[in-house]
Amino acid sequence: MKEILSINDVVVEYNRHGLKVRAVAGVDLTLNSGEILGLVGESGCGKSTLGKAIVGILSPVTGEVVFDGKKVKKLTRGKRPSHLRNLQMVFQDPYGSLNPRRKIGIQIADGLIVAGASKKLALLKAEDLLEKVGLPRNAVGRFPHQFSGGQRQRISIARALAASPTVIIADEPISALDTSSQAQVANLLVNLVDEFDMGMVFISHDLSIVRRISDRVAVMYLGKIVEVGTVDQIWNNPSHPYTRALISAIPHADGTSFMPQDLPGDVPNPMNPPSGCRFHPRCPLAKEECRGEEPELRRLADGRDVACVLQTAGSQPVTITLN
Amino acid sequence: MDLLTVENLTVTLATGSGEAQAVRNLSFNVGRGEILGVAGESGSGKTMTALSMLGLLPYKGKATGSIKFDGKEILTSTKREYRDLRGKEIAMIFQDPMTSLHPMLTVEVQLTEHLRHHRKVSKSAARNSALELLATVKIPEPAAALRAHPSQFSGGMRQRIAIAMALACEPKLLIADEPTTALDVTVQAGILKLLHQLRKDRNLSVMVITHDLGVLSSLTDRIMIMYAGSEVESGLTSDLLRNPRHPYTKGLIAALPGNSEGNSKKLLSIDGMPPELGNFPPGCAFHTRCKYAEESCKKITPEILNLTPTHRIFCPVNPFSELSNSGIKS
Repeated sequence: MKEILSINDVVVEYNRHGLKVRAVAGVDLTLNSGEILGLVGESGCGKSTLGKAIVGILSPVTGEVVFDGKKVKKLTRGKRPSHLRNLQMVFQDPYGSLNPRRKIGIQIADGLIVAGASKKLALLKAEDLLEKVGLPRNAVGRFPHQFSGGQRQRISIARALAASPTVIIADEPISALDTSSQAQVANLLVNLVDEFDMGMVFISHDLSIVRRISDRVAVMYLGKIVEVGTVDQIWNNPSHPYTRALISAIPHADGTSFMPQDLPGDVPNPMNPPSGCRFHPRCPLAKEECRGEEPELRRLADGRDVACVLQTAGSQPVTITLN
Repeated sequence: MDLLTVENLTVTLATGSGEAQAVRNLSFNVGRGEILGVAGESGSGKTMTALSMLGLLPYKGKATGSIKFDGKEILTSTKREYRDLRGKEIAMIFQDPMTSLHPMLTVEVQLTEHLRHHRKVSKSAARNSALELLATVKIPEPAAALRAHPSQFSGGMRQRIAIAMALACEPKLLIADEPTTALDVTVQAGILKLLHQLRKDRNLSVMVITHDLGVLSSLTDRIMIMYAGSEVESGLTSDLLRNPRHPYTKGLIAALPGNSEGNSKKLLSIDGMPPELGNFPPGCAFHTRCKYAEESCKKITPEILNLTPTHRIFCPVNPFSELSNSGIKS
């Protein structure tokens, strides 16, 4: 396993009416090839912003993203450095991410043409790619509106594949799809990661799907990572109260009258983050000290990282129970 | 007597290529104080079923059959009769609370509108009821909330305001179309609790439309599964989710991420895609994707097969019959 992507202390800010909003407030993560890293959190936690910063759509204020040994620079209108071609992104909304007035084939071929292929060859390769994602070869001549949401997402994936990526950032790739398509597209992504030994960051708010397909999971809250570990660690024995709250809120489709637990309050405004631990105003286990100092990520004995005063670096995780 | 009885409801919509049936021969009922879940993928007709109950079908949409509400036939209502029904007897909340609330009007204006219209109460009386409603749906600081605009609230709070609006005239039936789909799980759990509470306190009947079986499991008493405009299976929530008997229901439940086997990353999925409007296959509409389909499924529209008094499927093959007590044909 080779480390292919490393995110080092990345901070991303937006300008809102002249005020700085810190959407990503210092994130460190790594991704190995052949690995799926799930990135979860509530809406507004900065997970999509982080995804955009990784591929260079947004540029970090401080910190850097290193892909395959080279720094990722912000995308400009000019030519993209060729080494970044292998870093691709798939977006949530397959209706918004394809041009409605251009045929599927040429939209997929674009990436190949930019890379220097002839148009004829590129279109032929586009057919191969469509087949790869489970669509008929003759789809090249059709327009996006002739496909369902799930099929469109397959087209978006084919377009990302055109650049022979080694890393794909998938931002909520299945949450806009129907139940039937969700499982199909998730399976497609998992198979592609295996087949091409890619790395993938799978951004999602749905912990139950992330749990199924990821190798590791990073939990994000208000611009910071609060816990990173293997799926097994995160799902079966979460060590951060926020991770526990996320898992307890998932309804069980088992026909029992299990009632999921809500987490009162909202994600605070990133313009004015709480002092100390960012989660303390909503945390049922918050202590006085949580208001003061912001906890850093600390490594526990089982190899996971967590940012919570209840856990001690180098020790086994303390089991977290909410009321 | 049930609060709502729908019989042989068929909804026809105008499409680019002529008329198409979005709902086909649907019969179901909702009891008083009961929470019924309607599940299915997009295009299965669940939203059109709800809209036909409110007289809100799109342009050139037609509904035939019978919808009895509180003992009265409502499908033949005039526009004026529907206007008296909507909000007062049957209220609806939608998926996206941002688009169902008016962005430029204060919460007070939107919450008191129904009361002023249906009940003809004074402004101050309406304001007091609005304050109570906001407290009922657990909005902090109701007085301040009344003066605020929808954009000042988070998604979960907006959905609570939409629910308060729907409850303003104390309807007997609340239709909730994907009420939590746009919300985070942590917030979703709060809305589910609220709906439970409302049912308990007000004996409110609720019809929840969603594709999320997890939501249905914790919220509903009974579930009806729809495919291509028709019912394929219905039963008590615990029976249906633990012992699904229609191949489509079985597939939906197997596709849940929590139900895949072992540690494999692979999710089970139903091959193919749901059919599009106007293009529903003949016979059993699911036969094109069903691995148990027999030759007759391609031609003959399935009849009701009552498995128990509360559990029924529309599948003549009944492939999982040996798993439990044998079916009693109706």
